[in-house]
Amino acid sequence: MSALVVHAVALDELPVLEPRAWRNWVKGELLQGSRPVMLWGRRVDAGVEVSVALQRADRGLDVLRTTVDPAHGYFALTEVALALHGCERELHETLGVRLTGHPWLKPLRHHGQTQAEMAAYPYYRLDGKCVHEVAVGPIHAGVIEPGSFRFQCSGELVHHLEIQLGYQHRGVEALLDRGDPRRAVPLVETIAGDASVAHAWATCAALERLAGVTLAPEVELARATLLELERVAMHLAGLAGLATDVGFVPGASTYGRLRTTAINTTMRLCGSRFGRGALHPGGVAITPDPAAVAAAVALLTAHGATADACFFGSRVVQHRLQGVGALTTAQAQQIGLVGPAARACGVALDQREGAGGAYAARPIAVTTEPSGDCWARARMRGRELTASLAWLADAAPALTAVPARQPPGQPVGALAPSHLVLALAESWRGEVVHALETDAAGRVVRHKVQDPSLRNWLGLALGMRDNEISDFPICNKSYDLSYCGNDL
Amino acid sequence: MWKLLQLRREQGRQAIPDLRAARPEGFRGLPVIATTPCADGCRACVDVCPTAAITAPPVRLDLGRCTLCGACAPACPTGKIAFTPEVAMAASRRDDLVVTEGPPRVPEVDIGAALRRRFGRSLKLRQVSAGGCNGCELELNALANVNFDIGRHGIEWVASPRHADALVVSGPITRTMADAVQLAWDAMAEPRFVIAVGACAISGGLYDGAPGVDRGFFDRQPPLIYVPGCPPHPLTIARALLAALARER
Ligand code: SF4
Ligand code: SF4
Repeated sequence: MSALVVHAVALDELPVLEPRAWRNWVKGELLQGSRPVMLWGRRVDAGVEVSVALQRADRGLDVLRTTVDPAHGYFALTEVALALHGCERELHETLGVRLTGHPWLKPLRHHGQTQAEMAAYPYYRLDGKCVHEVAVGPIHAGVIEPGSFRFQCSGELVHHLEIQLGYQHRGVEALLDRGDPRRAVPLVETIAGDASVAHAWATCAALERLAGVTLAPEVELARATLLELERVAMHLAGLAGLATDVGFVPGASTYGRLRTTAINTTMRLCGSRFGRGALHPGGVAITPDPAAVAAAVALLTAHGATADACFFGSRVVQHRLQGVGALTTAQAQQIGLVGPAARACGVALDQREGAGGAYAARPIAVTTEPSGDCWARARMRGRELTASLAWLADAAPALTAVPARQPPGQPVGALAPSHLVLALAESWRGEVVHALETDAAGRVVRHKVQDPSLRNWLGLALGMRDNEISDFPICNKSYDLSYCGNDL
Repeated sequence: MWKLLQLRREQGRQAIPDLRAARPEGFRGLPVIATTPCADGCRACVDVCPTAAITAPPVRLDLGRCTLCGACAPACPTGKIAFTPEVAMAASRRDDLVVTEGPPRVPEVDIGAALRRRFGRSLKLRQVSAGGCNGCELELNALANVNFDIGRHGIEWVASPRHADALVVSGPITRTMADAVQLAWDAMAEPRFVIAVGACAISGGLYDGAPGVDRGFFDRQPPLIYVPGCPPHPLTIARALLAALARER
C-alpha cells in the first residue's frame, strides 16, 4: 500500500451514466457519507466528458463519468455539493458547459483573457448610505502573489468579501495536457511552488501506477522525509507570517530563522531548498544524510518549543487571534475545506491517516481543533509541525542510500493505455489531487490538477463576514493559500 | 518573560556574517561543462532537459532557461555536466547567462556608473509577482529575514512603486498581470531599472510559450539584472544586488 491515496481504473470499466442518473448517483453517495474530491471535464468528439471523484469514509475513491452536450449542459451539482462550486465554474469557463442552477457562475480564473477584460468582473455589491467598498489588489503591499479582494463594509465591519483570482493563470494544465513525460514533474513542482514535493509525489505516484512500478521502501521514506520537511518549513513560514502580522517580533524572527534550518536540510538532501528536482517517476534523487536531518530536527524541536511557548503563551497573540475569522464545523464541511483549515474546524480529514508505505510504520495521528478561528488554524500548524518533527526524528536514522534509481528525466516505463488514475497527497496546505488519463497508445492526454487552495479560498471569504476589515491580514495569513495553485 | 529571554539566548547571532563569502552546503548551483568530447551524435542532455536550456554540440547551457533540476548531469554518458555549490550566477547581459564548455566563469553584474552612484548606499525595491509560483517570492522575502538580513546593506522592500528604485519581477508575466506590471513601472520615478528574478521572469522558463503568458513588458523594459534559478537561492540574489552596487570594480 502506498503512502498516498491512489486509485486506478481502466476506462472501459469506468461507469458512464447519462447526466441525470450520474447526478442522482452523486447525490446518493453524498448521503451515504462520501465527500466530493474533484469534478473535471475533458473535450471529446461527442461533447464533454465530466468526471466526478468522491471519497468514501474508508478513504477509498469512486469515480463516475457522464458525457454532456455543452450547449445543453446539466443541472449543477454545486446545488447539492457546494464544495464543487469551483470545479463547476471551471468547467463552465474552460469548456463552455452550460450549468443550470449554479448560484455563482462567475469566472474562476479568466482563461485566455487580459487584465482589461478582467476589469469587467461582476462583483457582488451592497448598496446603502452607510456601505462602502474597499478594493485591494491585484498587486499587494508585500512580496506576495497577486489577487483581488473586494470588501463590502459598513464602517470597519465587513459584510461580504469577494475574492477575484486569475491573475496567476499561466496555463499550466494546457502544458501538462501535452503529455511530455520530461516536463510533467518540473511543471507540477511549480503549480504551488511552496508545495513542490506534494505535487511532484502525486504526479509520480499516478505515473508509477500507470506503469505498474512499485517503489522500494527506501524511496518512499525519502519522499516522505522531503514531504514532511516541506510541511515543517511552510508551517514555520506561516507562523512567522502570523507573528509578523500581529506584531510579535520574537516569534517572527525565530520562526523565520527556523524555517531556514528546515529548508537548508532539504537542500542538504537534494540540492534545492524547495525539493525541486528530487522526485521523478520511479525514484528519488537524494544524498541521504541521516545525521544532518537528526541534528536539524533536534534543533527545530528544541527551539521550536521555546518559540511556541512564547508565541502561543502570549496574551497579545491570544487576544489577537481568538474568535477572529471563525467558521463552524458544519460550514467547513459544507464548503469542503481541506487540510489544516478543515482540521482547525474540527473536521478530521488527512490523507495521511491510515496511509501505508512510509507512514505505515510511523503513523501520523490526525488531530483537530474545535474553534475554526485564526487561533485554531495557528494552533493546528503548530501541532502539525511538532508531529512532523517527531515523525522525522523517528524516520531520520532509517534514511539510507536509495537503491539504483531510475535516472531523472527518463520515462518510467510504458503506461497502461486507456486508464484513469487519481492520486491524492496531503500537502501542508491540504490534499493535492492529480488525475491522469491515457489514450489507447498509452500517452497522457489529460492531466487535471487540484490544489487545496481552490477549495479553501471560499473559507477565507466566509470567515471574514462580520469581522473587522483590519482582521483581514491575519485571516489571510492563517489560511496561507496559493494564488497560482488556484489559477493554474 | 524567562521564556522570552531563553528565546533570545537561543537566537544568538543568526545573521550570515558576509553574504559575499557564504557558500550554501549541498546547493545545486552554477553548472560547469567539461571539454571532454561528446559521444558521437549524443544528444542525451538536450533530450532530457525540460526547459530546452541546452544546445549541443558544443554543449551550451542557458542559465536563463535552466531550472537547476539536475536531470542533465546523470543523463550524460561522459559526465560532462556537473553542478557546483556556487551561488554567483546573475548577470547584466542576457548572453552572459549561457554556460559554455570549459572552466567556470562567474558572470558580471553591472548596472552602470550613474545608477551605482545613485543607489550605492540605498536601494529600494518593489516586487511584483506576475505568475510567480511563490518559490521566487519566498526566497525574495527570505532576503530580509534574520539570516540574510539584506537591510544592513541599505537594500529594502517598499510597498509603493513610487518609493522604489528598481522593479523586481518574478514569474513569466501572465496576460492577466501584464497591465499591472506596466502600471507599477509607470508609477516609478526616474532613475529606475528592472530586475528579473527566476527562470520564469528571465525567459519564461517552464512557461515559455504557455497560453496565459504575455512577455511584452520585458521587450519594452529589458532588465538590468538577471538572477537565474528556480527559485534563485537568496545568496544568489544578494550577491547580484551587492555586486551591482559595489563601488570598487
Ligand atoms: S539542470 Fe537545467 S539544463 Fe539541466 S536538465 Fe535541468 S533545466 Fe535543463
Ligand atoms: S522561476 Fe521557478 S521558482 Fe521562480 S516563479 Fe518561476 S517556477 Fe517559480
